[in-house]
Amino acid sequence: MTTQGVIGELKKIVGADNVLTQKEDMVTYSYDAAVLDPVVPSAAVMPENSEQLGQIVKLCSDNKLPITVRGAGTNLSGGTIPSSRASIVLLTGKLNKILEINEADMYAVVQPGVVTATLAAAVEKKGLFYPPDPGSQAVSTIGGNVAENAGGLRGLKYGVTKDYVMGVSFFDSMGEHVKSGSRTVKCATGYNLTGLMVGSEGTLGVLDEIILKLIPLPKARKSMVAVYKTIEQASETVAAIISSRIVPATLELLDNFTIRAVEAYSHAGLPIDAGALLLIEVDGHPAQVAEDGLKVEELCKTFGAVDVKVATNDSERDKIWAARRSALSALAKLKPTLVLEDATVPRSKIPAMVKALQEIAVKYKIEIGTFGHAGDGNLHPTILTDKRNKEEWHRVELAIEEIFDRALALGGTLSGEHGTGLAKAPFLAKETGLSSIIFSRRLRKALDPHGILNPGKITG
Amino acid sequence: MVKMKELANRLKELEDQLVICIKCGMCQSVCPLFDRTRREADVARGKLALLDGLGKNLFTNPDGVNERLNRCLLCGSCAANCPSGVNVVEIFIKARAILAEFKGLSPAKKLIFQKMLSNPETFDKLTEWAGKFQNIFTKKDKNAQGTSCARVVSPLFGDRHFLPMSDKPFHSSKPYTKNSSNISEESTSKTTSIPSFTTSSIINTNAGKSGLKVAFFTGCIIDKIFPHIGQDVIDVFEFHGVGLYIPTGQGCCGIPALASGDMKSFEKLVEYHIKLFNEEKFDYLVTACATCTSTIKKLWSSIYKGNASRTREKIKELSHKTLDINQFLVNKVRLLSNDASFEDNAIVKNNAVFKDNGKSKSIETVTYHDPCHLKKSLGVFKEPRILIKASGNKLVEMEGCDKCCGMGGSFNLYHYDISSEIGQIKSKNIADTNCSTVATGCPACMVQISDMLAKNNLDIKVCHPIELYAKTLRNKQLS
Repeated sequence: MTTQGVIGELKKIVGADNVLTQKEDMVTYSYDAAVLDPVVPSAAVMPENSEQLGQIVKLCSDNKLPITVRGAGTNLSGGTIPSSRASIVLLTGKLNKILEINEADMYAVVQPGVVTATLAAAVEKKGLFYPPDPGSQAVSTIGGNVAENAGGLRGLKYGVTKDYVMGVSFFDSMGEHVKSGSRTVKCATGYNLTGLMVGSEGTLGVLDEIILKLIPLPKARKSMVAVYKTIEQASETVAAIISSRIVPATLELLDNFTIRAVEAYSHAGLPIDAGALLLIEVDGHPAQVAEDGLKVEELCKTFGAVDVKVATNDSERDKIWAARRSALSALAKLKPTLVLEDATVPRSKIPAMVKALQEIAVKYKIEIGTFGHAGDGNLHPTILTDKRNKEEWHRVELAIEEIFDRALALGGTLSGEHGTGLAKAPFLAKETGLSSIIFSRRLRKALDPHGILNPGKITG
Repeated sequence: MVKMKELANRLKELEDQLVICIKCGMCQSVCPLFDRTRREADVARGKLALLDGLGKNLFTNPDGVNERLNRCLLCGSCAANCPSGVNVVEIFIKARAILAEFKGLSPAKKLIFQKMLSNPETFDKLTEWAGKFQNIFTKKDKNAQGTSCARVVSPLFGDRHFLPMSDKPFHSSKPYTKNSSNISEESTSKTTSIPSFTTSSIINTNAGKSGLKVAFFTGCIIDKIFPHIGQDVIDVFEFHGVGLYIPTGQGCCGIPALASGDMKSFEKLVEYHIKLFNEEKFDYLVTACATCTSTIKKLWSSIYKGNASRTREKIKELSHKTLDINQFLVNKVRLLSNDASFEDNAIVKNNAVFKDNGKSKSIETVTYHDPCHLKKSLGVFKEPRILIKASGNKLVEMEGCDKCCGMGGSFNLYHYDISSEIGQIKSKNIADTNCSTVATGCPACMVQISDMLAKNNLDIKVCHPIELYAKTLRNKQLS
């Protein structure tokens, strides 16, 4: 069937209103949040239920038409940019139902288009907790979070999306419905296809339903902010807290560049002369929170903090975290193009990585604001530039490659939470070696012989 | 194609503003339209990409982009929430103007904006005339909102429950002042319009005990649909000893013309009003309409490109002096009640009761809807709540109090279905509070909310915070 013929069939499945083909609409599905060139798809389709979803995958399979699934399009590695062949974009916007929140067994079953923050709020109303909180959680979808293995601020203590996926069902490249995992805490049947699907970026199947683990909401929490003269002192404190066997819920770092940007933007009274800030929150049982809080405070001072402020109420707590939340916004306002990297190192190597980033900024004469999840080794060096300036953009590209090299040399990874997508695919061999990529390609070829599931991503 | 290149060149002037969008997609979390449709072309990121595409010659004609650009409430929720600070509303308005100039305005819009709206006198005459004949086609609903609906099925009105035009607009009425009559609740209640006098309706009083003098910009909707709000404004300012200047011959702030890309009518209206308000000295220009305030304060200066003598300078001066009425009363004069101090956590559990003379029967449970043009455009959201509490009413917060009501001016005319879908969410959130009254600082929101509540047969009154405050003052004076 021609692409036009497939589009006609799509309209029969979901109704003409849910199939978009006009050039103007296609342009709006040609990009995501990654700084990459747009690719315009042939059509976009918005199924309203699981049955339609299956029929669409089958139709595309029969006609060897590539599919790129798109949730909120907030991907930072280009995973939702369509294939350069004739292809369709599958929108999960109307597959946005929370199917079940089971309080007795502490799990939730959701459709892929459910917005992360919506789920988090719904379970919190029942005294439960879904910890993964990627920066885009106000719009990002669970389907996208699972496909990318999204992280967030709480990775250090609570882990990332993969730690909460108990089971999935999906349509494979032939349109067959596949189930894996279960609603039980333990499950030892079959291959761990659930694990395989997490982080597969839409290349192995199209998610239909997701079973997520929930945990009890922590009873108490304590937030504090520590001010340092130098970023080295702050990063040494991070390593010291971890080696003292304390696991804060969040342990975030802001460098001087970011502090100044946030202060200029929000006038929150941040110390603009500080070399770095650490924002720390411990949570759990009230007694443990009190004990850990004191220990962390002492450690901060031992490692050179000139000031440690502990929030005594919710409004003070909110103030501390508002500074962190506005970091990206504040940086984004400085230059037209913002490249948010997420190379990650073992957390004891944070001091070395911070030093490497400073050297790279000087070497390539670019502006890098560094903030992020210091506690889990996942810093966000944020490069500020203007893509229209070709000469500078070239230096930025070289700097990004060196960030990757330095992180790998420290035993780290190219991406802590943004995924491989298109952006990091050319560099993947540096981290995993060629044989891992060939293995992945063979796996993919076996499961998707016609290469219709999000072609071009991860394995190139 | 040559023409398309010209258009692309014109759009280049927006490039520096467009490039600020980092495509993070956070606008999806707040866009009332995207919430309903889940389509990227309906949210700011998509529209900005389309304008970028038009500037890069991606399209063979501008119609598709134009159509999508016009599917927007201009509520500014995206801009207020944008991590990169993209000035979305300004970009969209400028783009609409460029496209309207390129395509030409439709004959209907030309007639409405250039022949009617931009000539305040003609516009007043036409609407007065329409007001007299409206009862032929419509009948009054018997409800708390005081709406009307079509007598017969009509493509013009659809199933709208609209607020009828007053048979005596504010500009042609002779409002009461201390000398002309006692202020009574009856004379200013919703159903009774202000009795008319034949003399000029200009009010021009000197500053009293407040030491302040204010010019009042009436705005079309208050003038033609809610003239009693105008009277309330006069009463309240008189009580607080604020001198008041209301020139005759006022017209529209220009937002409908801007939204349709008609720069010519917009600039004509701006120049006209700059002249009109230049006639008298005053400390502040105050309006009781969120949209007028935000248009005068922000859009007049950012969009006006005309060359009339010193107009741009005068716009800037006026912009600095422009305040929403809630903002003015709370920040510039001493309110009646002492219980009005505002604390963040007091909103939810507010029990502030007006203790003046124990008239408990006048205490109402009021919920407040944040007009987008007050909260998101101007950051005004505390002051109307303080005013409601200072009126001795119990304030209960609704879910999503700052979510758009779906009005969006002409958006409601062209996309009534989606506008109503958005409005119905608001109606449900209002009803869920079990309030007896919903207050909001924007007459356009009042029109939309009245329609939605009437559709659901809900016995909830719709008013402006100033109405509640004026009523309290009247009760106090009577007692």
